Amino acid sequence: MDLEYGPEYQDFTKEVQSFCKKYKGLSFIDRSNNPLGSSGGSGGPKMSRSEWQKILIKNGYFARSVPKEYGGYGGEADILRSRIIAAEFSKSKTPGAMGGQGIDMLVPTLLEMGTEEQKQAYIKPTLHGEMIWCQGYSEPNAGSDLASLQTKGELVGDEWVINGQKIWTSTAQYSQMCFCLVRTEPDAPKHAGISYLLIPMDTPGIEIRPLVDMTLNAGFNEVFFTDVKIPASNIVGKRGEGWAVANATLGHERGSLAPPDATMNRVNMLINLMKEETLDGKPLIEHPIYRDRLMQIQGKVLAQQSHALRLLSAKLNPGTDVKIGKMIQKLTGTELRHELEGLAIDVMGEIGTLYEDSPHLKNDGTWQFIYMYFLGLIIGGGTSQIQKNIIAERGLGMPKEPKVEGA
Amino acid sequence: MYFGLSDEQSFFQDNVRRYLEEYATIDNIKHITSGDERNLSAEIHKGLLNLGINGLLIPEKFGGLGLDLLFAAVVSEALGGGVGPTPFIAPYVMAPTAIKHAGSKSQQENYLSKIATNEYRFGVGFSEFIGKRNDAGISFSDNTLNGRAMFVLDADNATHLLLADEQGQIFVVDAKSANIFIVKLTTVDKTRQYSEVICKNLEVELLENSSDSVEPINQTIDAGRIMLAADSLGASQTMIDKAVDYAKERKQFGRAIGSFQAVKHMCAEMAADLEPCYALVWHAAHCHNHSPDESKFMACHAKAHVSEMSKSIAKKATEVHGGMGFTDLLGLHYWFKRIGLNRQILGSPELIREEAYRTQL
Repeated sequence: MDLEYGPEYQDFTKEVQSFCKKYKGLSFIDRSNNPLGSSGGSGGPKMSRSEWQKILIKNGYFARSVPKEYGGYGGEADILRSRIIAAEFSKSKTPGAMGGQGIDMLVPTLLEMGTEEQKQAYIKPTLHGEMIWCQGYSEPNAGSDLASLQTKGELVGDEWVINGQKIWTSTAQYSQMCFCLVRTEPDAPKHAGISYLLIPMDTPGIEIRPLVDMTLNAGFNEVFFTDVKIPASNIVGKRGEGWAVANATLGHERGSLAPPDATMNRVNMLINLMKEETLDGKPLIEHPIYRDRLMQIQGKVLAQQSHALRLLSAKLNPGTDVKIGKMIQKLTGTELRHELEGLAIDVMGEIGTLYEDSPHLKNDGTWQFIYMYFLGLIIGGGTSQIQKNIIAERGLGMPKEPKVEGA
Repeated sequence: MYFGLSDEQSFFQDNVRRYLEEYATIDNIKHITSGDERNLSAEIHKGLLNLGINGLLIPEKFGGLGLDLLFAAVVSEALGGGVGPTPFIAPYVMAPTAIKHAGSKSQQENYLSKIATNEYRFGVGFSEFIGKRNDAGISFSDNTLNGRAMFVLDADNATHLLLADEQGQIFVVDAKSANIFIVKLTTVDKTRQYSEVICKNLEVELLENSSDSVEPINQTIDAGRIMLAADSLGASQTMIDKAVDYAKERKQFGRAIGSFQAVKHMCAEMAADLEPCYALVWHAAHCHNHSPDESKFMACHAKAHVSEMSKSIAKKATEVHGGMGFTDLLGLHYWFKRIGLNRQILGSPELIREEAYRTQL
């Protein structure tokens, strides 16, 4: 066990700290597509999110290992540096880089499997925040059983002609592009009949209908495709390989949904709230039952933080077995965050039900919003029940359900 | 940066594990816990001493191995995994820790070197410092102890005991003294020994540096709690392994019961609950030596959290076994009960979460 990073990282930490100091109070002139995205601070420099993105890349604080020719920093991947950056940005409340499905999922996919033309065309504008992507995977009849998707793609001449419907498509209304799973080989077995296509969202025949979720945000959309025509070359991997292409990066999404350090920041916010809020004149932190619930959750988050260190170490020291350790992250991280946000609501009681712009709202209503938002994350990206199947079958080697004929 | 066990730690743990697999078989555990084979328990203890478990934490200058608490934690995990029917936490972790922190130079030399040679074996009774139940309690005046200590760990066959008063002063007691009465307590966990100790005008020796500071007793309790967490961690892993194996083999309705989601989800939940406990226990053990400011906070959370996860795992793993899980025949209950005891000893989860909170004030 050795939790020290070493002297060269101490210098790097200082460098990041002075960078954060320089941009203290930074605020954005445009809003985020991500409901949890930071709007920045106040009293510091003002700029667009895309400008900030470029500054981060130039300093090697984002897209560090992406080659320069594709718009990245062009350095060596360095997990410890990434962690120091995340920690120092969080401590100093410096806004991090934009995320989103283009950056988190499409870019790694193209780097691994894209053609040279695709890399040249898409990676740079995506990293710079100038090209937003949405993910066209789920359909009304293809949720947990994603591979049963039915949106059809037919190659007619040198064009794909796409017909069908996608659902749960986050940010479709802001997106220039969609990476989409489409059934192109109707006669092949279900997993082998899918292709991974790149669809410009301004193509005629695409209709976007917002889908309002329980938070009352239109975070999702339904996307309808009617005779949508795109060039035959807009495919990643070969025909029928789309399932493998998509799976190569699904893991990226799952691991990053509920990082424990962010949850611990919320625990600390809740401790402050419980010191400020009173019941019959007594701070809620002095109420033994609420306090014990808080401490139970703090213990769970602490376990997940230690666990994250173990996974980090496994990345740095290949050969360490953490198979189940990685599989549990989505399940345990999202469930715990939901539980924590729910405790804050219980602590506030009736006040915890206030919403939107109500008087007496605490912490901008984030507890109520995130409590519901995380229920979406528990369900999305593979439900908790699907995660348990994965842990049991792939992690513990338990037998699968017998196949139902025709499924 | 490396977060995990060293090769030496894994190797040592494997040795303990393999030894227990061979000698602490279910049949042997049954003999030992039914009380008809006292020698068997002593033999297993002797075998583990040959591996060196008594000298782990003793500094090299006193004849020990001079290792840190993480080493002891992996041994404790192996003992929990094999329901090792042998003393460990009191004589080889808590006693050396207390004597190292609270003993004068000569006390250290005298006691630590004799633990290393197995001439002395200590039991430890600190329960009343953590929380006095009913009329228990030890008081010290005129160089003598009076009162009653409950749930003294490993007093059976001990040559000496460490007892504490409410102020956290730690006393060395000769277990063979005429003024001491040791009453064995029967608990649900028969793989380890717990006793009640009554002192009447008992002459004792104070560990010198515990008279003006509660630090030594606090550090000793932290170490003990981390060991109990590690023990439950090992016991829980064994229960999960047994449940998963059983669910793969047992057939009902023409298929392995592990193919039913109702069953496999219970197994997945157990694995997801337990996996982060490894990191938490290792981290807490590491902090104990290398980040003392965080030691109490980490030790409290480690024991409380692992206790909660283990309690739930003990229940679910038993349920996965169906009716067989409930029988004495299968012996799964030894792990269930060991987890049950670990939860209550040296502070139950509610009590120590409150302690964890107070470290943050």
